[in-house]
Amino acid sequence: MTALTTHAPVLLIAVPLLGAFAAPLVGKLGRGVRNTLIGLIVLFVALLAALLAVDVFGAGGAPTVYELGGGTFTFPLSGGQIPVRILFEVDGMSAFMGLITALIVLTGAVFSFSYWKERSGGNLYFSLFLLLTAGIFGMQLTGDMFNFFVFLEITSIAAAGLVGFRVWLKQSQEAGFKVMAMYTLSGLLVLLAIGLLYGQHGHLNIATLANSINGGLVDMIALGLLLTGLAMKAGAVPMHMWAPDAYGEAPAPTSAVLVANSQASLYGLFRVLFTLFGVGVSASALGWILIVLALLTIFVGVTMALIQHDLKRLIAYGAVSQIGYMMLGVGVGLARQASIIASSGVDALSDAATKLDFGLVSLQGGIFHMLNDAACVGLLFFASGVIIRASGTRDLNRMGGLGHRMMWTSIFFAIGAVALAGVPPFNGFASKYLIYEASFQLSPFLAVIAVLSSILLLAVFVKAFQAAFLGPKTDATAHVSDPSIGMMVPMAALVLVIIVFGLFPGFFVDHIVTPAAKALWLGHKAYIGAVLGGI
Amino acid sequence: MNGLTSGFGAWNPIAWALLFVGILVVSFIVRARGNKSYKRGSGQTKVFLSGNEEPADADSLHVRGDHLYWGMIDGLSAYYRRVKAWHTGIFSDYVAWFVGVLAVVIVILVWVG
Repeated sequence: MTALTTHAPVLLIAVPLLGAFAAPLVGKLGRGVRNTLIGLIVLFVALLAALLAVDVFGAGGAPTVYELGGGTFTFPLSGGQIPVRILFEVDGMSAFMGLITALIVLTGAVFSFSYWKERSGGNLYFSLFLLLTAGIFGMQLTGDMFNFFVFLEITSIAAAGLVGFRVWLKQSQEAGFKVMAMYTLSGLLVLLAIGLLYGQHGHLNIATLANSINGGLVDMIALGLLLTGLAMKAGAVPMHMWAPDAYGEAPAPTSAVLVANSQASLYGLFRVLFTLFGVGVSASALGWILIVLALLTIFVGVTMALIQHDLKRLIAYGAVSQIGYMMLGVGVGLARQASIIASSGVDALSDAATKLDFGLVSLQGGIFHMLNDAACVGLLFFASGVIIRASGTRDLNRMGGLGHRMMWTSIFFAIGAVALAGVPPFNGFASKYLIYEASFQLSPFLAVIAVLSSILLLAVFVKAFQAAFLGPKTDATAHVSDPSIGMMVPMAALVLVIIVFGLFPGFFVDHIVTPAAKALWLGHKAYIGAVLGGI
Repeated sequence: MNGLTSGFGAWNPIAWALLFVGILVVSFIVRARGNKSYKRGSGQTKVFLSGNEEPADADSLHVRGDHLYWGMIDGLSAYYRRVKAWHTGIFSDYVAWFVGVLAVVIVILVWVG
């Protein structure tokens, strides 16, 4: 177990990556063999993510550095330069994101086994699925900006392939092209920013770069490129237009994993803002840029969801609006952090954390909502796949009466919907309540928009539920039924997460959310110190 | 909970869970005390539509997705005209928004920073 924990950062990337290349070959031996292999891989990956989380959270979320091969990392070497090595740096935030990815990948893979049972192309599908998984983990665990770009590109290629997977549908092809082009644009901006930073500071390692960045003109241009590129890939309004196309046209289990992919970009953005640039750069403007983008994302996302009659696009716009809540939570935290530093200095952040300042609470809310959103949106996308398969249409205007014969699917959909809308006692409420309370203290206007949009989101899902599940029995719904156990189990697992995290939010906030939030709030110095020693 | 500065108060999730369970129990009791002597398939189980005859086609009884909030959406038509105009579905428009945001963000950061 110790060896597994030690090598977990690289295994989390290498195992799904090898699985991605093995899937088409093993698939030649039969679907059962291939599914067994994929199942073992995702189970192993989930175990590794859990072990890593236990290890990191056990140490209070403090960053640990892993050198490829598991060698003992020492610094400085002779010459005082960072060596050419592949370094992973894992702190509370990375471990937290790893848990989210593991949850979605595990449930998504199990759901996919049944979902692709009667379709061809499963070998390629699972190959891309595992490639996307490897890329997401890589983005979350790497301690190097260039490697971050490489993993970002891996996710882009895999995601575009999955979105456009159903090549026999012209909408799918179009969505795949749009995703590929937009992700490439995002990747190019990130690469340009990394090039600027490398030219300016001569480093690619995040910790050494963070130690050198001083907020000069080139640094700020690089920051703008990184912020915009990653916010676009996360689906922030007004750069979100690709997201409903992608989530809407991708196969249902893929849509859930694409949400985890968007969250990985959001993680990258938070890592850049708090760790790479961190306390040394004027963060007040950054915080407010994030808040403005967040408000736009929340409100436009939810109001666009309200007028959709395509079930998957409706959920997709709902998912876009939830990205806004995460950005709002973290944006308020960033703005508050800047004001504390401006008034009392960097050392005051520690006191503020002890006194549970609303900036830290806001960060906790935003980060906790990432996990809750993944579970709720994942569940809704899974349910949408079941609904669309049963009714033969994505058009809510042509659905109705499914609840008579799909009791469990309707219950699961309802739980996912009310949880995402922030209705107590489900998990979405717990994280949104933290965001409401903290953002109110920065400006009541922020909380008003957040609460109003949650109410609108509830209205959105009332519409979807009533259109799909309610209404009289008809001939068209006479033959439908709940899906096979293979699809029910992943949905039930996500329902369990939603209920448990909703009923006992205090436990999870204390043990996994707070270390993640503190890794951003206080972790700038510790992240650098883990690589460069006692700086 | 190590997060809320004001505590959960009335929003305690356990209290809400108990409330939901209580509502379910009360609903079950009310249902169990209902009249069991009705005749299924007779006029007693017909849908009441303000005294109008129930349409023969069951489909026409269902309020479809787009009809549920038509009043509210109509009231917000000025907003929706503008927001829908952004969402052209044309790729070059996606890029234009992206470039616009990039320019604004860099100007703000360089100006403030």
